[in-house]
Amino acid sequence: MLTEHHVDLHVHTCLSPCADADMIPPAMVRRARECGLSVIGVCDHNSGENVRAVREAAEGKPVVLGGMEVNTREEVHLLALFGDQEALEKLQELVYRHLAGWNRADLFGEQYLVDREGYAVGINRRLLIGAADLSIDRVVAEVHGLGGLAIASHIDRPSYSVISQLGTVPPSLAFDALEVTGAGPFAREPCDLPADQPPGLRPAPLVCFSDAHRTREIGLRSTSMLLAEPGFEEIRRALRAWSGRRVLRRNTRS
Amino acid sequence: MKLVEIVERLDLKVHCCRDQLDGDITRGYASDLMSDVIAHAQEGDLWITLQVHLNVVAVAAMKSLNGVVFINGKEPEPETLDRAREEGIPLLTSGLPAFELIGRLYGMGIRGAGR
Repeated sequence: MLTEHHVDLHVHTCLSPCADADMIPPAMVRRARECGLSVIGVCDHNSGENVRAVREAAEGKPVVLGGMEVNTREEVHLLALFGDQEALEKLQELVYRHLAGWNRADLFGEQYLVDREGYAVGINRRLLIGAADLSIDRVVAEVHGLGGLAIASHIDRPSYSVISQLGTVPPSLAFDALEVTGAGPFAREPCDLPADQPPGLRPAPLVCFSDAHRTREIGLRSTSMLLAEPGFEEIRRALRAWSGRRVLRRNTRS
Repeated sequence: MKLVEIVERLDLKVHCCRDQLDGDITRGYASDLMSDVIAHAQEGDLWITLQVHLNVVAVAAMKSLNGVVFINGKEPEPETLDRAREEGIPLLTSGLPAFELIGRLYGMGIRGAGR
């Protein structure tokens, strides 16, 4: 039986330098539950090192998908989301190998590694705000090769988006979804085309997530999907409008 | 030459740090990729860009640049402006496109290579 689930797959933690230090697992989980989110995606800049802590704190409610927001050579942001930890760690290893520089916490913010209770267990010293020396084509291919989902971040933003950096959403990039902000030129676009479109021609659905950098932002934007259960594979099916699963609606709250 | 003289000669709009325009400008750097500026800009450079987001100021501070000029009449975002005031980085706007602006700077003796 398919039911409606609210998902927010673009949530940062205190590991991202631009995120607040209050983005710790217990606060994030509490806020996600208050918002009625079934699934959240933890996507810090170029790193997935706090994913496990959030997942442990959540204890299944919400379901936590592990991922990261990769910053490509072209300075395009995309969300890489995975169903298994090993795949995330493989992408992590690739990104770190191509990421130069060290963080300046005084300028960009601190990058805290935390445990499930939110206690700092370390600092990530890499320049996570930097661009990995990997093309967007390569990143999308690698994410798919690892069985993950590649979602173009905030495509209607004037910076760090596939449209701001490349001028368009290149048809050659097989994004699983395109994230839009609530307002903007895509506000009235439907989430998906009718199901009778041939699969090969169906463009990626438009989704909407919070890009939360502070706890109160979690769930301010979310996407409702029809799923058999909250989880990675069901979300993949919904993005492909497979067998009744689909993206229902983009939600924005002020 | 002093940044204030560049401001006057090219009729640049000054968004902030009006009292910090006495820096010496001998070199410029043009790029719209943060990673490129981090890799290649040098201390004291005048940065020419169309990017107006917050990270521009953080990168300018990181590289100790003497100022940022936005082209095509672009204006900094509010958070960018606040941050620039904090960091003491002059933000300027030119109505000219990059190629023309840089050509004029070059004509005034500002260079892009060497020291």
